Amino acid sequence: MSVLPFLAAGWIFLVGVYGMVTSRNLVHAVGCLAVAQSSTYVLLLGIGYRRGGTAPVFSDIPVGTPVVDPVVQALVLTDVVVGATVTALLLSLVIQIRKRTGTVDPEALTDLKG
Amino acid sequence: MSRRVRGTVFLLAAAVFAVFFALTCTQLPHFGTADHPYGARAVAAAVRQHTANAVSSVNFDQRALDTLGEESILFGAVLGAVVLLRRARDEDRAEPAPRPVLPSTLLLGAGLLPVTVLVGGYVVAHGQLSPGGGFQGGVMLATGLHLAYVAADYRVLRRVRPLAVFAALDAVGAGAFTLLGFAGLIAGGAFLENVLPLGTFNQLASGGLVPLVNAAVGVEVASGVIVLVAQFLDQAVEIDEPAQDAGGRR
Repeated sequence: MSVLPFLAAGWIFLVGVYGMVTSRNLVHAVGCLAVAQSSTYVLLLGIGYRRGGTAPVFSDIPVGTPVVDPVVQALVLTDVVVGATVTALLLSLVIQIRKRTGTVDPEALTDLKG
Repeated sequence: MSRRVRGTVFLLAAAVFAVFFALTCTQLPHFGTADHPYGARAVAAAVRQHTANAVSSVNFDQRALDTLGEESILFGAVLGAVVLLRRARDEDRAEPAPRPVLPSTLLLGAGLLPVTVLVGGYVVAHGQLSPGGGFQGGVMLATGLHLAYVAADYRVLRRVRPLAVFAALDAVGAGAFTLLGFAGLIAGGAFLENVLPLGTFNQLASGGLVPLVNAAVGVEVASGVIVLVAQFLDQAVEIDEPAQDAGGRR
């Protein structure tokens, strides 16, 4: 089954979105967003994988050894950094919501304010 | 929207997504294929630029402009968190009291702090040679410093972490990346072009601009994470919630 790693990525994404849809706590929802986002790591690394390939670092292996795709690894690094910063920013928004309304339950946040 | 309606909408959307995603997956190149046209070109370019770590070469040389954008996202997020979590007018700042710490925790923390900071510095400095780089090493540096909080207490952390200095370093790191980009323009090339001498392959001073950009990113990430964590710690440790309106405030 050569598509199984890609299907696993789709499954992780759906699990994360399901968690966000049914979430009763904004901190939990932010965690679910991180899960949904981590599916992209699995997908990218799955695409870049090369059977028998090693890490694309030539400090201790001869140049020309088969290696996995470094481009997608760099993309995953970008992905991780952006994911972490977005999580931090969302969590600070949750803290502010808790301060202003006294709740972190998205169902209770129905009033329009402003 | 009631919970039931929302659940139904999600199930429908998930079913559509699952079908089309699975169909798309069958059209992708096979898992583990030996044919990676972009990867092969990126590896060839990394070797040409004398950068042993191909991932660092992609990040800090071949697509350095993207990394500049990524670093700006990090900078913007730190700035946003600082603005969002600043002390409101009606919040009091309480001085955190020292708490007793187990001697074994103190010993382990005090022993591990310098080791973690040293390893973080090593990972940043060898980003062009071995796995790691500015982003990974920067996070290690920042978390290593917070061992002072785990092992001792908040006041010790505040002493080893002058926040104003790290906030300034964050901006310096972000600015240094852009300034290094102008080196290419001054030398008559393109923005962020690798114009420095490339050095010997697999030596510390190799890869031209890569180690410098890498170091700038390391400084920015380390101080950015420190400033970010400090905002959350402030909320938990220092800021007292106003007591009179526990049930919500307008």
